[in-house]
Amino acid sequence: MTFLDILNKNPITFDDFKRLLSKEGADNIEALAQRSHQLTKKHFGKTIQLYAPIYLSNECNNQCVYCGFNSKVSEKRISLTVDQAYDEAKVLSKMGFKHILLVSGEKKETISVDYLKKLVSKLRGLFSSISIEIYPMTEEEYIELFAAGVDGLTIYQEVYDREIYKKVHPAGPKSDYDFRFDTPERGGTAGFYRINIGYLLGLGDWFSETLALAKHAEYLQKKFWQSQVSISFPRLKGSSVSDLQLTQMICALRIFLPKAGLVLSTREQAELRDNLIPLGITQMSAASRTSPGAYSIDAPSSSQFPVSDLRTLSEVAAAITAKGYEPVFKDWDSNFIML
Amino acid sequence: MLKIAGREIKSRLFIGTGKFPSTKIMLEAIEASGAEIVTVALRRVDIDNPQDNLIEAIDRKKYLFLPNTSGARTADEAVRIARLAKGLTNWVKLEVTPDPNYLLPDPIETLKAAEILVKEGFVVLPYINADPVLALKLQDVGCSTVMPLGSPIGSHKGLRTADAIKIIIEQARVPVVVDAGLGAPSHAAQAMELGADAVLVNTAIAISPNPKLMAQAFCKAVEAGREGYLSGLASPSEKASASSPLTGFLK
Repeated sequence: MTFLDILNKNPITFDDFKRLLSKEGADNIEALAQRSHQLTKKHFGKTIQLYAPIYLSNECNNQCVYCGFNSKVSEKRISLTVDQAYDEAKVLSKMGFKHILLVSGEKKETISVDYLKKLVSKLRGLFSSISIEIYPMTEEEYIELFAAGVDGLTIYQEVYDREIYKKVHPAGPKSDYDFRFDTPERGGTAGFYRINIGYLLGLGDWFSETLALAKHAEYLQKKFWQSQVSISFPRLKGSSVSDLQLTQMICALRIFLPKAGLVLSTREQAELRDNLIPLGITQMSAASRTSPGAYSIDAPSSSQFPVSDLRTLSEVAAAITAKGYEPVFKDWDSNFIML
Repeated sequence: MLKIAGREIKSRLFIGTGKFPSTKIMLEAIEASGAEIVTVALRRVDIDNPQDNLIEAIDRKKYLFLPNTSGARTADEAVRIARLAKGLTNWVKLEVTPDPNYLLPDPIETLKAAEILVKEGFVVLPYINADPVLALKLQDVGCSTVMPLGSPIGSHKGLRTADAIKIIIEQARVPVVVDAGLGAPSHAAQAMELGADAVLVNTAIAISPNPKLMAQAFCKAVEAGREGYLSGLASPSEKASASSPLTGFLK
């Protein structure tokens, strides 16, 4: 089968997907992008859903070597109180955000299930969709959070390669590969409407990590057929993964999983983000600050990663509009979950 | 004229509001489509906020604002979402689609939700698979239309369920609106020729490079199909020209 024949197939096989990710795919990147654009438009239309993160705490018991929250890095650490987090939320709500993502380091003592439940019950009045990106929890804890109004779960494996995983997660609860790997599974069982996975681009081998990610997403889609599975592309600063590779994997994943959400954060530069809008991306964060309290209090403390796209929400929305896409703020409703 | 729940509806083309590149382009397309019924996902709007972009954009004097329960996985969720619109309208397009990928409707949960919503005084227009028995049961519980799919939402595959839709139309006591999968004006015309009372189109118009023109084309196709149906289409049949007649002896 020729490479272009694969692009006309729907669905494609996993072997086809490998070819899309190969050098052949890189050589045919334009054709790959055209197909990805076509499939995305068909399923999602010309829309980009916008969200923002709220960082609750940069305290962390882990020592991930690549992360600004690493417990060995001695920087100012804070955890927001429920009221402080609510102040942050009010700023984002005022900007116009309706979908938010609560993010935290792994500090179960401080950012406890009870803390999150209290916070979420306050946030429900401001937002239509509340997702979490915090440390892995048990199924029972997820059930509690879902019932409290959390509708989506984001959890990255960081790296699928076990050897590398061990090396970059030397200590703390996160060194347990399997517990982390099974997290989306527990979240899916708990009933979350959205499950978002990914790996950190630059930690492992791009090709084999992307294959693992695709398999993982496909598995979750099949098993949790009532949940929307999304994929993020968090690329480390100075990563060995090139713009071409990032583009290639976005397009290849779109063609392999035409209905998966594809998410791009402000880790990436404004120009690249804008150029990737028509290629397969369905969700974007905007105006993000990645340290706790950064929206409402002037307290420089360590951030999880440096933000590259520093534009305001209205600037990002205008860029989306300029590409002929509609920036969508609300695409969910808190009433889907009954309290 | 088409009548739903006692209300006369001018156009047999209903239009959906998802997937458009901008509100402006959406409004132009709606205008060009001649549609009167416009459906909006409740998950996309802030129903309590009169300044919500989408709610504000659709002139409710001109259009019948038809909220839908898109995103609901169960009857309970759909009922809860439908109730949000109660202050605005008592019409609802009922969608219960537990699988977010193909968005195929759950027959059991749809029937449950329909029953509850009808009892609560809603005018219920349920989105269903082209299942004739389900269509009958939904009519029994008091739905005001049935809306069988032609093929999965956004698939552009056209009327893949034509045989089942024909049965639904034949047995119907309420208007039958073919919803989903109509990717080209000819698909809409075909549904109307079959005797559907109306069609609902969204993706094909929204993602067209020229939504306004495509909306116009669907408008014409729906009218053409309807007129074709009314004028009595000759059904394709094998010519009765047996070489040795079976009834020659009657002469």
